[in-house]
Amino acid sequence: MTQDTNLFGICTPAPGEAGNTGDWRDRRPVIDHTKCIPSVKEKEACFLCWLYCPEGIIGMSFPVTIDLDYCKGCGICAEECPPNAITMVNEVSDNG
Amino acid sequence: MDNVKIMTGNEAAAVGVKLVAPHVIAAYPITPQTKLAEMLAEYVENGVLASEYVRVESEHSSLTVCIAASAVGARVFTATSSNGLLYMHEQLHWAAGSRVPVVMCCVNRGVGAPWSIFNDQQDSFSQRDTGWIQLYCRNNQEIIDTVIQAYRIAEQVYVPVMVCYDGFILSHTKMPVAIPAEEEVSRYLPPLTPVRPLVPEDPITINPVFFPWRRDNAEGVSCDGYMDMRLKLAKAINDARETIREADREFGECFNRTYGGLVWDYRNDDAAITLVSMGSLASEATVAVDMLREKGVPAGVVALRSYRPFPKDELRALLGGKSAIIVFEKCMSYGNGGGFSSEIKTALYGMPDVPPCHNVIAGLGGRNVTPSEIADAVMSARGAIDDGHFEETYWLGCDTD
Repeated sequence: MTQDTNLFGICTPAPGEAGNTGDWRDRRPVIDHTKCIPSVKEKEACFLCWLYCPEGIIGMSFPVTIDLDYCKGCGICAEECPPNAITMVNEVSDNG
Repeated sequence: MDNVKIMTGNEAAAVGVKLVAPHVIAAYPITPQTKLAEMLAEYVENGVLASEYVRVESEHSSLTVCIAASAVGARVFTATSSNGLLYMHEQLHWAAGSRVPVVMCCVNRGVGAPWSIFNDQQDSFSQRDTGWIQLYCRNNQEIIDTVIQAYRIAEQVYVPVMVCYDGFILSHTKMPVAIPAEEEVSRYLPPLTPVRPLVPEDPITINPVFFPWRRDNAEGVSCDGYMDMRLKLAKAINDARETIREADREFGECFNRTYGGLVWDYRNDDAAITLVSMGSLASEATVAVDMLREKGVPAGVVALRSYRPFPKDELRALLGGKSAIIVFEKCMSYGNGGGFSSEIKTALYGMPDVPPCHNVIAGLGGRNVTPSEIADAVMSARGAIDDGHFEETYWLGCDTD
């Protein structure tokens, strides 16, 4: 009999290992790329959102992108963004 | 020729641990810890044991260190007693659920309140449902040998093992102990093969949140949910029965000493009345049985060596057909009754002619229990059984009015 290697809870560092966590979100980050420093300068600058994102789902790209499949909507990126380029908007509008 | 030394139970356990040479030992040094942890620290300090000795700030942390070290593939050891074990409670569940082959000695002592440092088995009994294997020793020779067997068992079934022995009665009492040769121990106990160690080449997260349902991982492979993992643990500890029997059998082939696997018995074959107990109290019951036999009472002893997994089949074979069972126990399930007498009765459920079963709560918080007191309790229970009482509970030598 071969040894069962799945004796305890294991997950590997890969996108989606914890499921589609984006559906936990009730507010969505929206980036204004005219204000976002690396998006405007098109070079590696700032990226505080990338640094602080607890989910590691912000792309170090030009323009900066956020993977909404896994963004839980915590709002830390919006809080940290120096030029206030990120706004948190409700997933469901106030009138339903 | 065996190397026989006169040593305490703690010394026997320490020498046993030295022989299996764990990579990591973590212990909290303050009361209720015993000399065992201190001796291991001395071995490491003197260079006779090459373990990494981690002195932590609490028992909760000592077991956490062991779990983490075991996760990277190290052989580990820790020890504690009474309230220290209770403080580990959460990590006991984590260790079992993580399926790490941790071995720990629990030097059985009463739990507070009120404070006690003296012997009973309430500490390990209260950790019964944490998913650990629990083995109880009757003397110091069995302690050193069970420590060695415990590693063999844990590392085969990936379930942590608690080696329990009575505080003071064994831990601080000197007896002759044969010390197994190091080469023989290495032959009996192969090096640990970790299932999936935590290493940089294979980065994994251990024990993330598990959902009630099964899930597909990133590669699309269907993975167990929480309940499936728990069923695996339940099966592993059930299947450990045969591993424990085999570990004891093969120990006998290597060292000429065996302990009965899950249970042992004394003058039980032709006994009509069987005393059931665990640990040093069971040893004491054998003396009481000799006294009863001299008076013409056909008594015998059955003792649990493995409390978890529970030796149901063995108990049914050894206790079926007796005219009376008297359980002596150093633990209580408050609001129900004696610690394991209820489980003895459960084990006999559905058998024809189930014998009457009386139980005696004895020696809590270190109250002395003599063989003649045990014998007297048996005679008095027998009288009550003859008067038609099927189940009774007594507190030995204890009357608060």
